[in-house]
Amino acid sequence: MLVLPGEEIDSHGLKPGPGTYRVGGKVYASVLGLLSPRPPIVQVVALSGRYIPHPRDVVVGIVTDVQSTFWLLDIGAPRWAPLHMTGTPWKVDIGETDRYLRVGDAVVVEVESLEATGRIGVTMNGERLGKLEGGTIVHISPARVPRVVGRGGSMIETITRHTGAKVAVGQNGRVWVDGTPETIRRVSEVLRMIDEDGQRPGLTERVESYLLATMPTTERGPEEPPRESAHRDVPEDEGLPVPAGDEETETDEGPGEPGSEPP
Amino acid sequence: MGSVGAKEVPVLLSPEGLRIDGRKLDELRPIRIEAGPLHQADGSAFVEWGANKVMAAVYGPREVHPRHLQQNDKAVIQCRYNMAAFSVDERKRPGLDRRSQEISKVIGEAFESVVFAEEFPRTSIDVYIEVLQANAGTRCAGLVAASVALADAGIPMVDLLPAVAVGKVGGAIALDLKKEEDNYGEADLPMALVPQSGRLVLLQMEGHMTEEELSRSLELGVQGCQVIYEKMKAALRDKYSPRPTEGGAA
Repeated sequence: MLVLPGEEIDSHGLKPGPGTYRVGGKVYASVLGLLSPRPPIVQVVALSGRYIPHPRDVVVGIVTDVQSTFWLLDIGAPRWAPLHMTGTPWKVDIGETDRYLRVGDAVVVEVESLEATGRIGVTMNGERLGKLEGGTIVHISPARVPRVVGRGGSMIETITRHTGAKVAVGQNGRVWVDGTPETIRRVSEVLRMIDEDGQRPGLTERVESYLLATMPTTERGPEEPPRESAHRDVPEDEGLPVPAGDEETETDEGPGEPGSEPP
Repeated sequence: MGSVGAKEVPVLLSPEGLRIDGRKLDELRPIRIEAGPLHQADGSAFVEWGANKVMAAVYGPREVHPRHLQQNDKAVIQCRYNMAAFSVDERKRPGLDRRSQEISKVIGEAFESVVFAEEFPRTSIDVYIEVLQANAGTRCAGLVAASVALADAGIPMVDLLPAVAVGKVGGAIALDLKKEEDNYGEADLPMALVPQSGRLVLLQMEGHMTEEELSRSLELGVQGCQVIYEKMKAALRDKYSPRPTEGGAA
């Protein structure tokens, strides 16, 4: 059930959890979201807003600042997340950080720690973590990420199977997509569909019919299996200092017509 | 302000007790609120209120700029109210002036009293209010737009903040003044209400009224806020409720 800030919640004696507050024995919603009682607490799961990090989340970040021992990443959270040079698979010397990652580079990292100060610690040590080369990043609402991944990765599997795109979905709602321009356009459109009306039933069918309808005619016929397309696959990283090549990782909202919501 | 000098004062109240635009004393101008028209912002809202048109955008919580404003125990709320050069008949000189600084401050402080800022230490919640067309009551329209935008941005808060101005025109207390009433009326009293607690978090007054008139004004304003509150909630519901399937796949 949708609740708005300030609306009283029938708590059935449950304790106020995230997204709620209590005044004078009554419980109210503090954020716009869905009311979901999880005994012994009642909580409101936000439907909008910035990405709120949780430990072990895998996220896509953009380097926003380079210091001598760490980088600062924009992961769409309230704060920038420092990635320390020891949190990478590389042997980085102090002051040499900019030989590995520069402002604008995109990376896949895992949230490691959260502090009361709001500091978000991230690491690049781990499977499927690393620097992203090429491709483009599409932003969706973090609340929609489960719909993009699908049950057991089914949605992402559908997308990669029909497009051959390489896709990495961050829990923060940043989706890295690589492939031909046409592939990227189709995947961006699918992501927009999921982002804009992911609550409506029949999503998988709509996505599948869109992908079939936009299948490039030259390649119709036996569908070629996608190259190593596991969900969240990230290109191999040799861990070498990156040459001056400035690959573009600009954000692309896709051909999203601004006013394309259903009336 | 006060005396209008040689200028002719229009008749603000007809003998039948109707106002310059035919409204009754306790009647609001028509209001339309849209949640989320801007996709890039974390939250946004557009409000058309009578002839006022106001856009609000919210970014954050995000890194604080400039850094020295950062607070270690909570988010800072930075509010900027601005009127477009074309928002009034005679071109408004663009940029910050004393009036817009004051309005930015009082609106920001109104939000500080309802937003749970402690949840986001060392961050900033940036609220931008742009008045595109002005016809009196823009601080209230801006506050309403910003409040819907904050909810749209998923910011935790005590409640939405409906706001309205009450004034005195032609000797009578009237709800939601329009431009002529504001210019030639005797008093103007904008207010913002926290419906959950009944507290007022913004209250200003210009002009003169008696104590009884003030009490009557507050009563009328709170009633008006309740009406606006429902419209704010409807706008958010409209955006976030799953729509019935129509037309099939996109």
